[in-house]
This record gives sequence, structure tokens and C-alpha cells, in this order.
Amino acid sequence: MAAVSFTRGRAWSIPSVWIVWAVIAGGCLFLVIGSIESSLFLQQTISGLANGGIYAGLAVALVLIYRATEVINFAQGAIATFTTYVAWQLIAWGLSYWVAFACTLGVAFLGGFALELGAIRPVERRGSQLTVVIASIGLLILIEGAIGRIWGNQVKFMPAPFPARIYHVGGAAFSLQDLGTIGVSIASVVVLWLFFQFTKLGLAMRAAAVRPHAARLVGIRVSWMLSLGWGLAAALGAVAGMLAASSPSVLLQPSMMDGILIYAFAAAVIGGLESAAGAVIGALAIGVTLNLLGSYVSWITPPLLLPAAFVLMLIVLLVKPSGLFGRTRTRRV
Amino acid sequence: MRLPRSTLFGIGAAVVATVVIAVLPLFLSDYHRSTGATVGVFFTAILALNIVTGYSGQISIGHGAFMALGGYTTAILTHDHSWNDIATLPIAALIGLAAGLVVGLPALRLHGVYLALTTFAVALAVPQIAKNYSGFTGGTEGLALPTHSGLWLYRTSWLVAGIAFVFAWLLLRGRTGRAFRAVRDSEIAAASSGVGLAVYKTLAFGISAALAAVAGSVYVLVNNFVNPDVFGLTLSLYILIGAVVGGLGSLWGVLVGACFVELLPIGLTTSHVSSSQLVPVVFGAVVIAVMAVVPLGAADVLRAALQFGSRTSESVERPLGTTEG
Repeated sequence: MAAVSFTRGRAWSIPSVWIVWAVIAGGCLFLVIGSIESSLFLQQTISGLANGGIYAGLAVALVLIYRATEVINFAQGAIATFTTYVAWQLIAWGLSYWVAFACTLGVAFLGGFALELGAIRPVERRGSQLTVVIASIGLLILIEGAIGRIWGNQVKFMPAPFPARIYHVGGAAFSLQDLGTIGVSIASVVVLWLFFQFTKLGLAMRAAAVRPHAARLVGIRVSWMLSLGWGLAAALGAVAGMLAASSPSVLLQPSMMDGILIYAFAAAVIGGLESAAGAVIGALAIGVTLNLLGSYVSWITPPLLLPAAFVLMLIVLLVKPSGLFGRTRTRRV
Repeated sequence: MRLPRSTLFGIGAAVVATVVIAVLPLFLSDYHRSTGATVGVFFTAILALNIVTGYSGQISIGHGAFMALGGYTTAILTHDHSWNDIATLPIAALIGLAAGLVVGLPALRLHGVYLALTTFAVALAVPQIAKNYSGFTGGTEGLALPTHSGLWLYRTSWLVAGIAFVFAWLLLRGRTGRAFRAVRDSEIAAASSGVGLAVYKTLAFGISAALAAVAGSVYVLVNNFVNPDVFGLTLSLYILIGAVVGGLGSLWGVLVGACFVELLPIGLTTSHVSSSQLVPVVFGAVVIAVMAVVPLGAADVLRAALQFGSRTSESVERPLGTTEG
């Protein structure tokens, strides 16, 4: 797999991981001091973190698939939207939120598994990475069309999982919604990390992603691991989708995750595309930065938030072309 | 002077295609002529993308952004400054060239996926910026342009496409094209043979963006309307699909790619197959199926057919991303 994601020589990769951590620590310090100084700042930081949590789920899903196949999955957001509609449907049929949540995770996992098997694997067998990317764009068009076909294009309303309670601490007001969103998204990423780190299946999946040939030699069925990866990514995306649909600023419609997918792309790229932790940090950074920019810089109007995320991404890439935690690889001639 | 067989075949195919395209509008209704004009727009845009992605090896998912620049140039000049619309095309090309050079500079430091996602970012950012500065661009309401007959649009669009094609052909068969291909196949080998990487990579972006901007201008003329949604994400994705379906690194596939992305959805809508709700589902499925069956696109099929016919072992160009391991 020599084709993509190479960076130029070593001269520009001198900023080591230590400098990256120092910058992150500086950012955190800025947020803490700001939050102590001003309760409005604290409030905006928390809701920024909640947005970031939603982006993080989708960003980690992208990283999962990128690590295994070096392919950017453009359909990730559409898959998440589809599963969110499934959750909405289950709730409309009378299930409680969390039962529907659990069922949707199962549906998403099986769906992701089936998509890899049915749509991606036949393309992957003969094509290059670019071919698979085009197939994922085809999948995006297909799934968004299917959502419109099944559920129509009107906006649906997803009930909120958390009671609409507001806590007042000092002068700041936190909604339970924001805190719950942060909690659930962080928890889902942590569960995934535990799975990869401490189970035999997780180890097999990591092996299949890093050294497919060697993994095959020790008896791991690499192709099944890829399908499994798609299933897990879809389940993680479903969490992000359901959390997003419950947030008051996002409406459940076929294109719901389009915007969020873009932020997730930016987050994954900032993190280095291969690091789940990097993707989470990137997502939280984007969520907080955009929220603070939106509330403190008067000329940054909502349409400019998307370009702002990309300016952030471009700055990171120009300083460190392989993202914050990406490996600097030498290029094969 | 003996021309190689492939060149003779190419010239023959070009003559046939030109005649067919020139005669076709005589048999079409005015509505279908403007559809044909849109195919011409896609032809120019996919050709532009092919120069930067297929020939110089730099993936761009953001050519909708350059089209938007050209489109808005034409719209603003004709709407606010009452220019003649054809006269705006060279201006659009110049602005596109400048923008392409600017985007090409950071692209020098980015490779593969990172470049793809950065250009993708540009494609998403430009409509948002257009929305924000509504005093200049008309915002979401958009700007209306003078209407033209379908025949005029068809002729203008294909004339532009033809000029772009001849320009690209002359450019790519000579020294510049060789340099582009060398950069695509191996940057290190190219650099050590004296090809200036920075110059040629940025040049490819600039030329490609200029052509895309002109395509955007014509697109706006065909729609006689512009707003940010005209140049949304879908447009960039469709251009990329068209380029890959046609075949990267080949000029002949471009026509197939343009017909694929413009005519297939329309054909699905008007056929008895489905209600319009199902069109995206079928279109997406067809894209996946095409990628599974002919991953190198129509140009690859053509090339295989040609070689089977002539049994000559010409050096087959290796399009982007076909290396294994």
C-alpha cells in the first residue's frame, strides 16, 4: 500500500510530539483560565465540547476505516444518518430511547458489515484506493437517496435522551443535554479503545490493519476484520448521529450529517488520520474553537464557521503535513 | 512525416466526435439542447480535473470551487457591470488561473489524502463565503442572468469545450505534458531528470483551475442563474466521478465521463424504471457497479479494445493509483 499519505522529507517534521503536547496543554490552560475569568466563556466552552464530542464519534469512525484500508469513507455520514432514522423509527414505534439506542447500534453494526461485504469488497478486489473512494461517494448518493425514499425529505424530530434540565454553577448555566452528549461520546470512544486494546479480536483487527500479510500468516481472516471494522465504524457513527439529532441545533433530515462529516474530516486530518486519540483531540479542538469564534468574533457569522474549521486544518497541515499525531513516513521511490 | 497509429486514430475519433456533436442539435428540442450544453460544461470541467489529477497526479475533490469562481465572475460582470457574457470568459479564466496557482502552492506540501481533503475543504468553503458576502454575490437569493436559446448555449458550450480539448491535447502531448506525467509517475525521478516539481505541479493546478473556471462561467450561462447551491458539494463530487468513470490520464474518456454524470440521472428520471425518488439510489448503485467492473474507467476499455485490434504493444500509460504494494 504505497500510494498515499506520504509526507516530504524530515526537515519539516522536526516539531516532535512533545511540541504538539505543549501546544495542546497551552490550549487547555487558556480554556481553564478563560473559564475561571468568565462564566459565559465557560458555558461556550462546554457547549463547544459537546459539539466536539459529536464530531469525535464520526472522526474516529473515519480513522478506523482509514487505518485498515487507507480509504476515506465519504459515506460515513450518510450511514450515520440512516441509522439515526432507524432509531427515530423505533422510537416512533414505541420503544424507549435507550432501548432504541441499543437496537440501532446492532442494526448499524450489521449494516456496516453488510456494506463492506456487498459494495466495497467487490470494488477493492481490483481497484485502487481512488476507486474505493469513488465507490464510497456512490454509496453516499445511494444512501441519502434511500433515506429520502423511505422516510421522505421532511424534517423529523428526535426526542432528547436527557431531561431538559439546566444546572447553574456560579454564573454559568449548563444543560444536561450538553454534559450527557460529552459523556456518551467520550464513553463510546473509550469502550472502543478498550476493545482494541484488551480483547483478542481487537488485537486481530489491529494486526490485520497494520500488517495484513503477516496477520494472514498467523491465521487471521483479514477480509473479515475489514468488514468488522466497517461494522464498528458504522456503530460509532450511529452514536454520533443519534447524539447530533437530539441536539437542538441539528435537524433530522437526509443531509443531517453532511456538515458534521466535514468537521469530522477536518478533525481526523488534524489528528493525523491514523490516530484515534488525535481525532478526538482534533474534534474537541474544532468544536471549542468554532464555538468561541462564533460567540466572540463578531465578523465570523455562521456561514463562515465551516471555512474557519478548514483554515484551522490548513494551518495544522502546513506546519505539520501529516497531522498532529500522524506518522511521518518516508516515501518509496 | 509518419504519425504514429494512435495519433491517427485519435485525430479520426476527434473528427467523428466533432461532426456528431455539431450535427446533433439539429435533431434535438430546445430543452434537450440546453441539456447537451450542460454535458459540454461537464466535459470542460472533467477535462480540467483530468489535467491536474490524471496527468500530474494531484487529487482534487474541489474543482467545484474553481467553477464557482468563474461562475460568479461571469454573473457579477454581466449583472452588475452589464458586460457581454462571452467577454467575461477570459476574465474568468484569468481569475481561475490565479486561484489555481494560489491553491497549488500549499498543495506542494500536501500529498494524497491530505491534498484530497484540503481541496475538498476549498470546495465546501467557497459557497459558504459566497453566502456570507451577499452584497457582492446576491447571497442565497442569487443573481439572474440574461437568457439565451438552447441552440446558442449548446454551441457556446461545445465551442468552449472544443477549444479546451485542443488546448489540453497540444499541452499534454508536448514538453509540459511529459513533465506532468513524469511528476505523476515518480516525483523523485522527475526531479533528478531536471523537471522543476514546484513549477509543474503549480502550473498544472493553475491551468486546470482556469479551465474549470471557464466551465463554471458557461454553467452559469446555461442555468441563467447563480446562487451558492449551484456550486455545492454535489458538483465537485460529480466531476470527480465523471473523471474516474471516464478514465484518469486519458483525454478520450472525458466525453464518456461527462455523459455519465449528466445524462444517466436524467435518463433515469425520464425512463419508466422508477419514480424520481429512486434516481439517486440507482445512480449510486451504478457508480459502485462501474467501479467494481471497470476500475480504470472507459478509457481503459477503449485502450484494451484498440490493442486487441492492432496487436501492437504500445507503452500503456499508467494512470494514477494503479501501483500495487
